[in-house]
This record gives sequence, C-alpha cells and structure tokens, in this order.
Amino acid sequence: MRLILHVWRQSGPNAPGRMVRYDAPNVDEHMSFLEMLDVVNEELIKKNEEPIHFDHDCREGICGACGFMVNGVAHGIQPRTTVCQLHMRHFKDGDEVYIEPFRAVAFPIVKDLVINRSAFDRIISAGGYISTPTGSAVDANAVLVRKENADLAMDAAACIGCGACVAACPNASASLFTGAKISHLNLLPQGRAEAGERVRGMVEAMNSEQFGNCTNIGECEAVCPKGISIENIARMNREYLSAIWSERPETGGGDGG
Amino acid sequence: MPEVLTTPITSPKLDSRIPEGPIQDKWETAQFKMKLVNPANKRKYKVIVVGSGLAGGAAAASLGELGYNVKCFTYNDSPRRAHSIAAQGGINAAKNYQNDGDSVYRLFYDTVKGGDYRAREANVYRLAQVSVNIIDQCVAQGVPFAREYGGTLANRSFGGAQVSRTFYARGQTGQQLLLGAYQALMRQVDAGTVTLFPRTEMLDVIVVDGRARGIVTRNLLTGQIDVHMADCVILGTGGYGNVFYLSTNAKNCNATAAWRAYKRGAYFANPCFTQIHPTCIPVSGEYQSKLTLMSESLRNDGRIWVPKNAGDQRRASQIPEDERDYFLERRYPAFGNLVPRDVASRAAKAVCDEGRGVGPSGLGVYLDFADSIHRLGRHKIEERYGNLFEMYESITGENPYEAPMRIFPAVHYTMGGLWVDYNLMSTVPGLFVGGEANFSDHGANRLGASALMQGLADGYFVLPYTIGNFLADHRPDKLDEHCPEALEALTNVKDITKRLISVNGKSTVDELHRHLGKVMWNKCGMARNAAGLQEAISEIRAIREEFWKDVKVVGTDGDLNHTLEKANRVADFMELGELICRDALTRAESCGGHFREEYQTPEGEAKRDDENFSFVSAWEYKGASIDPELHKEHLTFEHVKPSQRSYK
Repeated sequence: MRLILHVWRQSGPNAPGRMVRYDAPNVDEHMSFLEMLDVVNEELIKKNEEPIHFDHDCREGICGACGFMVNGVAHGIQPRTTVCQLHMRHFKDGDEVYIEPFRAVAFPIVKDLVINRSAFDRIISAGGYISTPTGSAVDANAVLVRKENADLAMDAAACIGCGACVAACPNASASLFTGAKISHLNLLPQGRAEAGERVRGMVEAMNSEQFGNCTNIGECEAVCPKGISIENIARMNREYLSAIWSERPETGGGDGG
Repeated sequence: MPEVLTTPITSPKLDSRIPEGPIQDKWETAQFKMKLVNPANKRKYKVIVVGSGLAGGAAAASLGELGYNVKCFTYNDSPRRAHSIAAQGGINAAKNYQNDGDSVYRLFYDTVKGGDYRAREANVYRLAQVSVNIIDQCVAQGVPFAREYGGTLANRSFGGAQVSRTFYARGQTGQQLLLGAYQALMRQVDAGTVTLFPRTEMLDVIVVDGRARGIVTRNLLTGQIDVHMADCVILGTGGYGNVFYLSTNAKNCNATAAWRAYKRGAYFANPCFTQIHPTCIPVSGEYQSKLTLMSESLRNDGRIWVPKNAGDQRRASQIPEDERDYFLERRYPAFGNLVPRDVASRAAKAVCDEGRGVGPSGLGVYLDFADSIHRLGRHKIEERYGNLFEMYESITGENPYEAPMRIFPAVHYTMGGLWVDYNLMSTVPGLFVGGEANFSDHGANRLGASALMQGLADGYFVLPYTIGNFLADHRPDKLDEHCPEALEALTNVKDITKRLISVNGKSTVDELHRHLGKVMWNKCGMARNAAGLQEAISEIRAIREEFWKDVKVVGTDGDLNHTLEKANRVADFMELGELICRDALTRAESCGGHFREEYQTPEGEAKRDDENFSFVSAWEYKGASIDPELHKEHLTFEHVKPSQRSYK
C-alpha cells in the first residue's frame, strides 16, 4: 500500500518545527509502524537528508522508549499497543497519517519525535523504591503477600514509562505514571514501612515538574499500552491524603551518644 | 622435561584466580580473604559503571549503597530501558520451595551440564549459591513475583529443568527485576552517591600504566566527547547478538564498549558461543528490523510439530494427527518439547532443511496449544500466557488460540564475552565485566531463566565484594583528565567519528549491516563448517572494506544523530564478526550453541571433543592488520564429569 505521511520535523530543542509531507510508496501490511518509518528513513538518507529521529529500542513493546502521536492518538489507534507493535495491516492504501511528538511542557522536544522524559526519573528518585540495601533482605517466603495484592501490584508495575498518559491528558498530568508506581509499592507489605514518605515525596516531585493536575478525564488509561487503570490514581490520592493527615513533625535524635 | 602435552594448558596470561578449597567453600573463603575498604574512604573512590541493565544497574546501586562515588552511563534516555527489560520467562534460584528435590548442587550441576561442559565449575557453583539471595533481595525490593493463594511464591519448570525453580512475574520477569534494580539505583541517585549519565555512550577505555582508569564518552544529544577518570571501570554492556543484524536484542544493543575494551587489552572469550533461541516469530520480509521472542515457557504447554510430508501446503487444521510429526517428542522422548535451546533449534532447522517447514517462507514450525486448551481450558492458558498470545497476534495478525503459532529459531544471547577471572576482572586490571558482557557462567549454551540470575548475581552479590578487594590495594589518587593516555583515547574517538562522517558514500549503515548479518547467519549460525567459515571471513573482510569506502552518514557530529551512532556500532560488528568466525573455525568440535557439521554423531547430535577442546578460548588483540592471538584457559571438571549430553 501507499501512504502519505505528515511528520513533525524539528532540528533541535530551540529550533522551530513544522509538518513535512513524505510519500511512503511501498508499505507492507506485515511491517510495524517503526519499520515503515525505517524504510522512509533509508530513502531520506539516500537523498542526503537527515532521517526522521524517533526513540526506539526493544521493539517488543516493553522498554517504553518509543512513542509519538499517530493521527492525534498516543501510540496510534490500536488499543493497548505501543507504536513499535502497531502493524501496518491496520492502515489502508491512500491513508494520510499525521505523526507528531508527545506534547507536554514537562517533556521538551529534543529533535523531531524525540522528547526528554527525565522528569519521570526524578519522580522515581523521590521515593519510587523500597529502601532495602543489597544484602539486607529476609528469606523471600518470610513475608506472605495476598495473591490479590500481588496481582494488583503487578498490574500497576507493568507501566513502561513511555509517557503516553501525559501526552494524552488534556492537562498533561503525570498522575497515572506516578499513581502506578505508588500503587505497586504501597500495595505490598514490603512497601508499607515507608508508604507515607513515598507518596508525599513522589507527589511533591510530580507537582514540582511542569505536569498539570488530574481532572479524572481518563484519556491516560485509554491510551496506556499496558492498560494501567486509573484506580491507581484514586489509590495515590487516598494514600496522599492519609499521609499528609497523619504527618507528624520529624522526631529528633538518632545518632545518640 | 615432559613431552609436548596433548591437552592444552592454561596460558600464563590467564590467571582465573579460583580460590582453593572444596567447591562449596570457595566463595566464602574468597570473601573472607578479600581486603576491605575503610567506610570513611569509600567515597574517595570513583567507580565508573557502563550500562544500567541487571548487571550494571545492580552493581551501580549496590556500590552506591556501600558509599563509593559512582558514575553510571547508559545510551538510553533512562536507565529503566536497558534490554534486560525484555526478558520474559523467569529467573532460576535453588530455593527448593516446591520440595521437588532442588538444591544449590543441582542447579550448579544442571548449569554446567546445560553449558555442555565449557564453563568454569567454581563460577557456576557461586552463581547457584547466590541465586537464593537474589530472590530474597528482589522480593524485599517489591518485585511482584507470581504467588500462590496462600501468599507464598509460585514457581514453574522452565527450559529443560526437571524441577520447578523458576520465579516469574507473568511474562515480564526481566522488566520487573530491572525496575527493582532501577529503583534501587534511583534511590542512590537521590542520595547523591550515584551520578547518572543518560544518553551517553562509552566509546573507549583509558588505560594508564596497564590499569583501566577511565572512559571516553559521547553525549548523544550534543555530540560532546568527554573524558571520565576513575579508580576502576565496570562494563555491564550486554551481548553482541546484533552482529547478526536480526536478533531478539533491542535495536541499539551493541558490542562497542566490549570491543573497544578488547582493543585496549581485554581478551575476548569464546566469541563463537552464540545462542539461537528456538521460539521466535519467523521473519516476514526484507524490511524486518528485529525478531521477537516468544517465551520458552510456552514449550511447557505447547507441542511442536511439522507435517510428515515435505511440501505439505495444507493449513494446520487440515492436517490429520497421523500426518503430523511431533519431532521433539519423537527424537527426545524423555524431555520432549522441553529439550534445551540449542537442541530444539537444531531440530527445527533440520526439519525445515528437509522441506517440511511451515508458513510462507518455509522457515517455521508449529507450536500448537490445542491439546493444552482442550485439557486445561482456554482460561488457564490465557492466565499463563495471555500477554504472549496477545503479542503474537499483534505481530502476525493470527490468533494462537485458534491456529497454532509459527515459530523459528533466532539469535538471542551470546555466551561469549570479555574474559574475566573469578573476581570478574578482565585481563586489564581495574576493568571489570558483568552480566552478558562477560563469558563466565554459561559455557557453550545458556539454560532458560539463567541470564537474569547471572546478571543480578554479578551486580548485587559479586562485584560489590571484588571491587572493594581491588580498590583496597590502590590508593584513591586523582588522575589528570589531560594525561597523555586520556588525550590519546579522546583523539582516537574523535578520529573515528570524523572518519565515519567523511566517507560520504552511497550505502546506508543498515544495508551494510544487513549484508554482514546474512553472512553471519548463513555461515556462522545454527550450523557451521570449516569451508563456510573461511568464506565468511573473507566475505566479512570485503564488507568491512566496503563499509569504510562507501558508508553514508548524514547529519553532523554536533547533535543527536542516530545514523552516526549506528555507524559507530556497526563498524565494530564488522570486526567482531570476523573474530566470531575465526573462533568457530578454531573450535573443531560441536558443543552447545556451536555446531560444526563435521563433528556430529550418526544421529545428528553434537559431538564434543573434550580431549582437545576443554578450554576457554581467549583472544588477544594484536593490532589492526595483525591476526589476534589465541590463549587457552584449560577447564577441569572435578564435580560434574563431562558426558555426552543426552535428552533422549
């Protein structure tokens, strides 16, 4: 099949960008969307033009590196699919396809479709972990975990950090990403010891980046390639309220004499 | 003086530093003998970790916790994206939670045997020992492993093991383990002990007075080339499967860090030990950019077959039971569909060579779940493999609940890598290597669910000790970033970058890489022979020459330039490919993933030659146009006596 692409081209963070039209004349239905772009890029290189830059790595839908808007939808119209797993059989001959980067103030554009998502790393470093130094663990079966909780934690932990939730949200909120990590860890008994500090730290880190607030629109869940539920946002809010209500001033002394 | 020895002896340059004593005490003895760094002095030591996957990420986090001053580098935009994330099936550990007869010794035994007696016993034993600590550590970090209704951890049997020792998190075990390590790492970033360098690629090692003292990196966003000095360097940079162009590796996985270290004096061990995974989705066309693995766990419930008659074009559902050949069950009645990867892959190739392959290309076999769905119900299969079935359908457009999957072997993992001693130090003092990037634990074939185990063993439980031992012997002295060795390495990197851009030929990097990959796959893939390998070597040389004459890199070296990054990596694959073929040619036996057609039993099984090849080959770089020199580390087996592997 033959497609017409309209792609956002921007040579650098501060350069102006614009949509550029490309012909994709030989698209095979078995190609992935990124393989279709690979072929377009090969032609561009042969014409001595810079290829379209996009982040990608595993191409199996798990690393979270890829992601851009396809016809206005993060990762394209196929539900629960990253753009690397979106196959061309979902398009038809003559389609015009609009390809743009994920847009959010907190995700500045680096080049073409490549964006900077380091804000996510900063949110994780503000509490998205359980403080267990290597070597300090007890036997793995010493702490029993209810299967239901283990399953819910796994559902939340499946997040790949691609940023589609932010791109789809009219407020560019990172609540689904942050809520998923808080849920994953706070649902587990191992995570309870620092549950309050975690939710406070992560929510405050999220608020200090340039993400918007959550207004329960639900676009995030709709585009999430891993189907992460917005229940995780509700859980984050509950945990946050309970953490700030029970907040006590730091107790002093620790080092002792 | 003794006569010439018939068995190769260990080259004097290869001191494996295996501790004395009974095998079960070696690691404890070594740990006790290791020198310690005073807690107050740890922050004065700079440690560079290249890579943020299971080995690199776990090592950087653990060393940060200990108080060292750590810098961690990754080419990705975030450490959470390292390719460890794509491992699906699980992680082995000798917990014996299932009371089915597992033990440290059994895991050790299975791993040495599975590796076809080409791994070091002492290393493998330590791996089996620390496997139990890994599970404890990961659970404490919040890794959501599968659990039973009583709240205990669930296990499954995996990839040829007859005990259930594999822990898993749905089909995303690698992801969850990596996120555990990533979170531990980010905690140290917050604590200020680890500095992260995302989108930064290592392009050279700086060796001063014979010791690794730093690296040269390129900032992938700005093109800036920098020197970073340190007291030691750890590489956790993964394997080199992408030398074949098509593999299950991520697109950006590369051998550049390991290869540049090789050129600075680190020996490259067993490069020809590459693993072909039996259950991948077949190639669909020339544009194909990578291959996708379908977890080996599928073989627990799926049955592999092809039609009995060559050229049978009927759909799977129209082929009656008595015209199907369940070739693994037929050839290996004891293990059936669960034979190790190398055996399963070769058997699939054999039936395709007979013209009995399925699918449009004829390069595929069926993996059929009909019996299991009938026996257990669709619901149970969905619970076990739901995400894998979804992934298969999204890629192929076929529903595996209704028609059998089509699978074919693909390059997946590389057992070879930089040579390391028992302490995971390469032949360059101060340069340590962990995870898939080293050669140490899997011999000639890796068992399923053992890669995650080894990466984390190296990162959490081996390197934190051995790094301390090394540093305790060296003062934390400041080295000038402008020392001649650093400037020389910096100039070297700048020269390579300039050269790549200045060729300005007509062939794209991908075209040249694909060409190399075809030669590698056809002549150094699942089956190899001397004539083919010799041809491959001369063909690779020709492609390499063409690369440097005709490669086209557009754009500049002053900003994000994916073409330039790729060209840099492919340039190294062009050299590594030749070394792989050379190693395969030298090893005139069949073992594990290395199958030489000249050396097989009448039934077509691999025929090892323990008398002449019970060694690790370690290649020393001698210069650009000089042949590398082969050193041999002789392997001795005191516990697991080499025998013909039999899965019949």
